[in-house]
Amino acid sequence: MTWDFLGPEDAGDDSLGLAASFRPVPGGAAAYFEEAQAGVIRSLVSQIAELVSADSTAAEVAETGEADAVEVELGLSSHVEPPDDPVLARLLPDGYRDDPGASAEFRRYTEESLRSAKVASAQTVLASLPAAGGEVLLSEPDCQQWLRALNDVRLALSVRLGITDENEDLSGHLTADDPRSAYIWVYQWLAYLQDSLIDALT
Amino acid sequence: MGVAPVEVEQPMTGQNAALDAPWVTVVWNDPVNLMTYVTYVFQKVFGYPKAKAEKLMLDVHHRGKAVVSSGTREAMERDAETLHGYGLWATVSHDS
Repeated sequence: MTWDFLGPEDAGDDSLGLAASFRPVPGGAAAYFEEAQAGVIRSLVSQIAELVSADSTAAEVAETGEADAVEVELGLSSHVEPPDDPVLARLLPDGYRDDPGASAEFRRYTEESLRSAKVASAQTVLASLPAAGGEVLLSEPDCQQWLRALNDVRLALSVRLGITDENEDLSGHLTADDPRSAYIWVYQWLAYLQDSLIDALT
Repeated sequence: MGVAPVEVEQPMTGQNAALDAPWVTVVWNDPVNLMTYVTYVFQKVFGYPKAKAEKLMLDVHHRGKAVVSSGTREAMERDAETLHGYGLWATVSHDS
């Protein structure tokens, strides 16, 4: 775990400008987002929604008609193996550590609803954050969805950035010409944003 | 909910089926989830007071993992599923 993130005073000259953060309001939380900030968040949560829904059982049936339609109706997943994509594997982890059989069964009963829940969180963010930015006012349930969606984005970025227990402060991890280095700013800003939302709720 | 038969690895007699509770949900450390977030999730999901949630969070952080709940296998699978929804790295295991 980490709490090494940068506050607005550290944001420097990055393209996102001053970091937006949440503040408590009666019944929820509020924040102001610049257009660029809204664009980054919208793009990233859309990618998560696309990723988790792309090879879901429901999507497979729609595309190939091959999976068992009854399974879909019951919310069962045809997936019993952890996803190959390391990002998906982090978002949809095994339920048992050293028991592939039990993990497969757990996945069969939970993966489809977990995917749907992640898509729903992403959709809440997209519905409440205008592409042009501006003031965002969230109800308490919306805050919950935002927390999960921001966390999913950070989990996904961490896999792509290769963040591990050993380099979680990210210093000197990527060279300046590494195309991923721009995303370190985003990763740290989202940590700051997520933390401000927790603060606003507690 | 709660009436479906719990799948057990070994058949149990009626007598010791009453002891069918030593299943636990374990949360593993990871470099991404914020400490404040993990504490918040433990409070939200389990209704733990902040002090208990914080202690469990610190156990996860310093020891690499912590048992966050115990009960029937079915209940632990529900807990793990809920924690996966929050992006925490949770697994179910038999507390033996």
